[in-house]
Amino acid sequence: MNWTLALPEIVLAVLGMAILMFGVLQKRHNPFHLASMLTVGAFLVAGMLVIAGPEGLGYHGQFTSDPFSRFVQVLVLVASSLTVIASLDYNDHANLRRFEFPVLILFATVGMLVMAGASNLMTLYVGLELQSLSIYVLAAFARDELRSTEAGLKYFVLGSLASGLLLYGISLVYGFSGTMEFDKLAMTLADPTKVSAGLIVGIVFIVAGLAFKVSAVPFHMWTPDVYEGAPTPVTLLMGTAPKVAAMALLVRAMATPFGHLLGQWQQLIVLVSIASMLLGALAAIGQKNIKRLMAYSSIGHMGYVLIGLAAGTPNGIRGVLIYLVTYVFMNAGTFACIIAMRRRGRSLERISDLGGLGKTDPMLAMWLTVFMFSMAGIPPFAGFWGKYFIFTAAVQSGMWALAVIGVLTSVIGAFYYIRIIKVMYFDTAEAAFDPRSASLSTLAAVSGLFTTLFFVFPAPLVGAAEAAAKVLFG
Amino acid sequence: MLFAVAIFAPLLGSAIAGLFGKAIGDRAAMAVTILCMLLASGCGVSAFIELESGDTTAGVISLGTWVEAGTFHVDWALRYDALSAVMVAMVTCVATLIHIYSIGYMAHDENHTIWRFFSYLSLFSFAMLMLVSADNLLQLFFGWEGVGLASYLLIGYWYYRPSAGAAAMKAFIVNRVGDLGFALGIALVFFTFGSIDFSTVFGAVGQHQDAAYHVLGHTYRAYEVIGILLFIGAMGKSAQIGLHVWLPDAMEGPTPVSALIHAATMVTAGVFLMARFSPVLDYAPGALGFVTFIGATTALFAATVGCTQTDIKRVIAYSTCSQLGYMFVAAGVGAYQASIFHLLTHAFFKALLFLTAGSVIHAMSDEQDMRKMGGIWRLIPLTYTMMWVGNLALGGIPFFSGYYSKDAIIEAAWASCSLVGHYGFWCTVIAAFLTAFYSWRLIILTFHGAPRADHHTMEHVHESPAVMTVPLLLLAVGAVFAGWAFHDQMIGPDWKAFWGDAIQIAASNHVLHDMEDVPGWVSLTPLVVGLAGIATAYVFYMFVPGIPGALAAAFPWAYRFLLNKWYFDELYAAVIIRPVQYLAQGLWQIGDVTIIDGIPNGIAALTEDGSSQVVKIQNGSIAVYAFAMLIGLVLLVSIFLLFLR
Repeated sequence: MNWTLALPEIVLAVLGMAILMFGVLQKRHNPFHLASMLTVGAFLVAGMLVIAGPEGLGYHGQFTSDPFSRFVQVLVLVASSLTVIASLDYNDHANLRRFEFPVLILFATVGMLVMAGASNLMTLYVGLELQSLSIYVLAAFARDELRSTEAGLKYFVLGSLASGLLLYGISLVYGFSGTMEFDKLAMTLADPTKVSAGLIVGIVFIVAGLAFKVSAVPFHMWTPDVYEGAPTPVTLLMGTAPKVAAMALLVRAMATPFGHLLGQWQQLIVLVSIASMLLGALAAIGQKNIKRLMAYSSIGHMGYVLIGLAAGTPNGIRGVLIYLVTYVFMNAGTFACIIAMRRRGRSLERISDLGGLGKTDPMLAMWLTVFMFSMAGIPPFAGFWGKYFIFTAAVQSGMWALAVIGVLTSVIGAFYYIRIIKVMYFDTAEAAFDPRSASLSTLAAVSGLFTTLFFVFPAPLVGAAEAAAKVLFG
Repeated sequence: MLFAVAIFAPLLGSAIAGLFGKAIGDRAAMAVTILCMLLASGCGVSAFIELESGDTTAGVISLGTWVEAGTFHVDWALRYDALSAVMVAMVTCVATLIHIYSIGYMAHDENHTIWRFFSYLSLFSFAMLMLVSADNLLQLFFGWEGVGLASYLLIGYWYYRPSAGAAAMKAFIVNRVGDLGFALGIALVFFTFGSIDFSTVFGAVGQHQDAAYHVLGHTYRAYEVIGILLFIGAMGKSAQIGLHVWLPDAMEGPTPVSALIHAATMVTAGVFLMARFSPVLDYAPGALGFVTFIGATTALFAATVGCTQTDIKRVIAYSTCSQLGYMFVAAGVGAYQASIFHLLTHAFFKALLFLTAGSVIHAMSDEQDMRKMGGIWRLIPLTYTMMWVGNLALGGIPFFSGYYSKDAIIEAAWASCSLVGHYGFWCTVIAAFLTAFYSWRLIILTFHGAPRADHHTMEHVHESPAVMTVPLLLLAVGAVFAGWAFHDQMIGPDWKAFWGDAIQIAASNHVLHDMEDVPGWVSLTPLVVGLAGIATAYVFYMFVPGIPGALAAAFPWAYRFLLNKWYFDELYAAVIIRPVQYLAQGLWQIGDVTIIDGIPNGIAALTEDGSSQVVKIQNGSIAVYAFAMLIGLVLLVSIFLLFLR
């Protein structure tokens, strides 16, 4: 048994418990900042272990490590680190300076790493639940605030329902095929006579459970409410790392165990993708709260990502991975800007609060402009390249309708992204925001530079994504 | 090469004045353009004299390749022969005088961009020279459009006057109609001859005599079609009836512009084109008949309208229109030489008339209405004299230049011995009477009788400065002597030696010879009717001033018909402009606003609508959310099981 395959997860979990102990025992100072720093350090260690670790299948086929899982794990670690950094400033001001916060993010991350490496339906479920449980708590972290607790409760109830669906699907698949391991499932399903209606229903249930996590239509209903209610750094987290992990899980589940049923689930993904793109584009138009707007925006983005999966080719998966990377950075950057929206200590969330930002804080306005252009898919920003790889893959697979709908909804989406830019530069100026903390400025700058300069050095990322994609549709 | 210098010197002047005019100032811009024009006229006249004295031979000066596309080959090249040399010499001389005159005339321009004016004038001169010296149709078209552009710029020079802007656009748009015919003609020339080089085309005239186009079951001779299309182009540029409407309005431009462009040079480009294409046209009798008919009709029509106009410049504008008709009559009956001869003499006396009118306007503090003039002949004697000289030439009084050229045209029309030729003869004879009549009407109304201007204006009446009167005197020399000097060479027995290969006519064409043998009364008629016209004018406006009013009262419909210029503008407004405006309005309101804008706006509205519908379900209730999830799941399972297995 090659137990070192799971070394990053093990180390991260142990470090998490150590940080927890440290926080409990630390009496004199508030340990929030130190715990956050230690968490980022733990992510760094885990990241190095991921990169240096061996490849292979271990734990009796329950866990795997391959270029795909490593790509996703690194991305998840980056996203979680960005979240922790973003929370430093927010939690200070929102009176959430509690060391449990970074530790919960850490455990959620452990769950996500497990999800990325899962090669068994049971591992998949365990990783997903670890992640979900941590985030339920995080969503309700501002427990004195009605909105936050409501968000946590909603997420928990609906998430449990989704988990139930997922478990039910797993049991159906197991019942009709006799195995939960991805490899064996793939071998079994290679024979079309073994594909029964019950198995198909099971697959649909699994897709539904995972679609909930990536907030794809029609399992998206929780997203706007929870995004709006949860503390902003938690919203940032929900928008990035878990989306990456769940999407990776969906991709792996569809490609490896159910790869032979491509013809069937492909149409399912196409439907979900179209519905997500349309809803993401349409529903965001009327939004006045920028966090709700970002919720619908994320629904739309997941729709685009699903195009890559629907293509069912290595190029499609490569597109998915590149899109996720660009999405993580522009999302993190946008939320850094949202956290910076604060006047006299009060956080602001209305889009109209951004009025005249181009005059009062040109730097912040510039970065937010970069992110909005990138989200709208305007070259040369990173968001354009994500869409480019996705749409190219769709066209190569002959899915013209999907690509055309994608482009059309991008146009609709451009409206509300660019409206934010218009508000910042052309609307009457309001009073300036409070001074930004260095952590937010750094976060915005790092994300902004990545988004702006991605097109200059895309080769390493595209190469890694290509290697990762080959594992699934080699 | 003198000839090339004559053509490109104005371009240099225009470029310097236009690009650096603001920096170097008005005086420097004037100096540089006038120096360039002096150089050009010196070279132009020398080139003409050299060619006629036999020192140099006619030829083509190649400047390089312009277009090279498959079999379509066009060079930049200057054609140096008698026709172009005459035109270059005339254009450079007249243009130089008008440049100089403009110094005085534009001195009080409130626009303060006199450098712009001079740059445009020189640009026009260059384009006109390019037109007359072109060696192929495309280059000619280049010059043709160039003069159109310069004309547009100069008519609209006082762009802040709405009437000037409208006149400039009118000139440009009406010319487009003619240019369409011209462009089609060029295309057909290429289609028929495989080239648009003059030498190639004219050399191959014999081979394509029977070429024909078959359109919709009809057969048309190629030469006739080409001739008519080219003439349509000429009609636009030369303001022939139907496409003449822009010329009177073009008087909105400064008077030197009217003199240079709308009298002496640009408007004669159509006549030049007919002469240049004489080798082909001479084999297209149908097209020539059409040219004669239109020319004769224009001559008569414009003369009748000229009798009722009250704006001094408009009278002369209609006179120009009428004289251009004479030139086309000459070209139409095959006397191309006579048409160019009249073009030359007309350039001098019409430029003289316009500049004199400008001098009057200058003296009268920018008053152009003859009804508010009168009684000033003692105050501006030189201008008065010049007006007499110009009108004597225009009226065809013996030994003035117009006498030679105009009589030649009338005789040629008679000598052509065709039905349309006789139509041309009678039209031009009647027009000659009217010409003399309105010319002296102009003199009497402007200079004689009791002063009708207000006291203030009369106090300011003064003779123009030398910079304006010297060009008048020089033009007067041309107006008096040009006919006498060139008569023998251009249309006399020596015409073959003079024109060389520049004007080639068919063997059957001996109009110039027959002209000499017309009956005596035909030769005398123009003079008689001219004198009668002058006498009538004196009776009407000096001795019995009640007659015009009585006539107008007796025949109100005829008076209004003439006063309103045969209702051409109204006709076009009703038949073309308003329908086009309705169409445009319709396309705008229905096509653009309703459909082109409506579709995106409608989609946007639909999208917004969809947006508000979509978020309605998002009511915050967990039960609804969970229900939606389950419905979605059921839906997916059903789709999967029903359709995808």
